[in-house]
Amino acid sequence: MSAHLRIETAGPGLTVQDLGRPGLGAQGLSRGGALDRLALFEAAALLRSPEVLAGIEMPGMGGSFTVDAPMRLALTGAPMRATLNGRPLAWHAAHPVQPGDMLKIGPVESGTTGYLTPAGGIATRPVLASRATHLAVRIGSLLEAGTELPVGEDPAPARPPCLIRAEARFDGGVIRVLAGPQTDLFSEAQRAAFAAASFTRGTRSNRQAMQLLTEDHADWHLDAGGLASEPIQAGDLQITGDGTPFMLLAECQTIGGYPRIGSVHPADMARMAQAGNGAVLRFRFTDWDRAEEAWTPESEMIRALAGKVSPLVRDPADIPDLLSYQLVSGVTAGRELD
Amino acid sequence: MDGFLVRFDSVFTEGANRAARAFGEEARETPGVTEILPALASVQVRFDREVCARPDIAEVLEDLIASRDWLALPEEPATRIWHVPVSFDGADGVGLGRACEQTGLSQEQAVQQILDARPRVIAIGFAPGQPYLGLLPMEWDFPRQTELTKEVPPGALTVAIRQLVLFANPSPTGWLQIARTAFRPFQPEAEDPMPLRAGDMFRFHRISLSEREALTREGGSAGGRLEVLS
Repeated sequence: MSAHLRIETAGPGLTVQDLGRPGLGAQGLSRGGALDRLALFEAAALLRSPEVLAGIEMPGMGGSFTVDAPMRLALTGAPMRATLNGRPLAWHAAHPVQPGDMLKIGPVESGTTGYLTPAGGIATRPVLASRATHLAVRIGSLLEAGTELPVGEDPAPARPPCLIRAEARFDGGVIRVLAGPQTDLFSEAQRAAFAAASFTRGTRSNRQAMQLLTEDHADWHLDAGGLASEPIQAGDLQITGDGTPFMLLAECQTIGGYPRIGSVHPADMARMAQAGNGAVLRFRFTDWDRAEEAWTPESEMIRALAGKVSPLVRDPADIPDLLSYQLVSGVTAGRELD
Repeated sequence: MDGFLVRFDSVFTEGANRAARAFGEEARETPGVTEILPALASVQVRFDREVCARPDIAEVLEDLIASRDWLALPEEPATRIWHVPVSFDGADGVGLGRACEQTGLSQEQAVQQILDARPRVIAIGFAPGQPYLGLLPMEWDFPRQTELTKEVPPGALTVAIRQLVLFANPSPTGWLQIARTAFRPFQPEAEDPMPLRAGDMFRFHRISLSEREALTREGGSAGGRLEVLS
């Protein structure tokens, strides 16, 4: 009998995500997968899994969850308010849970998207070698209350909780941009205006693209004219018809006609995806030499994360029932040695 | 950072489209290349940076570009032909009248030109498996509609700029729907969920609206038949 992760209540945007379906762009299918891939890498490190596991992506709001077998659950990505049986749980951490426990995950505290990953990985039936829900093309669907997701076996369900030093990426910042095949269509002045402006996430953002709003003078509009549509990918910064930039995300289309001013450096994609309400983003064009230096293969990132995991030491201030613990094994009058 | 775009033209031409597809097939053989994405007049070559360095791939691609006159390639005969039943009747051909205004053709002429056409898959994109087909005769060289149609149904055969797009999913669009098929360019449950390939040829065969509805209900592969020529 396999184990299950049961969704008791669900926020509005929960989906199963893994690293998606690379290599199918020629057939019109974008890779999809987790918006913040780093969060799934962190979960694998916390759970000591050699494989990157499928987890639940939680944009903005979590839900409540139970299990029918002992297992560890990792909480990564945007920090969210989490409790187990009413007691606060550390984020960027993995915790053992038991049947009968109630895990509640509330709204994000910063960033946009949190992840809940069971140590055995979510074990739904793969479609085209991935379990990722791709909403835009209707592979899989939003998760609803009452769903019982099959979960692989946890090889060490009793392993004590641990923490990971997560890369800070939840408050916007400076984003490195690479010149792409259409950057030269924009004049130097247009590129300079783009690099000088400040942006925040717009409400027309989803898993396909992130809208970028600015109050600065948007002097980078370019008429696409008769340009033939070209291959596009996550990270590309498209300037749409009214001049609003959108950054393409995991579920973007595979070819597109809007001119692209550049592409976000892969190392800054998680920071972009996690820039939530009010986080300010600025773009800086970077040259190829620096871009190369800042690039790390994903396999190496995963290996490096193992070194950032440490045992979770509970702060006594966080233990509400401190007085119920036997903190000292015995007290005597101190005369025994007399 | 793990891809190059090789562009043969900034606008669509049949020569640039052929060049992009042929170049992609050759580049696919390069060690380290992981993915080839042909578009209308360009092709993206993606590679595994852990296998090969960017400058090395750039050099291979530059040599390949210089190796022949890609824009002068002759049209390759199709090896795969899709026979697709199509209905122009009633709501299935909701935009046919508008297309006649745009082309100056009568309804009979317009339908006959689509049935006589042997368009090729010039690109796949927008949605999984969804083909851009072309080119149609010069009469069909009209722009996309500026007013978006709120939603075309799956299987909608739409037209603009001498191209046809066969929609996989319900979608808003500026393309004009002139007919509808039961063909599903994306069949998630099938062994080959996205059966079309760039270069495939299409032949449309006229059926009635009720026959099309029956095929749509039937689902499966009844919406189209693949003929493979050796």
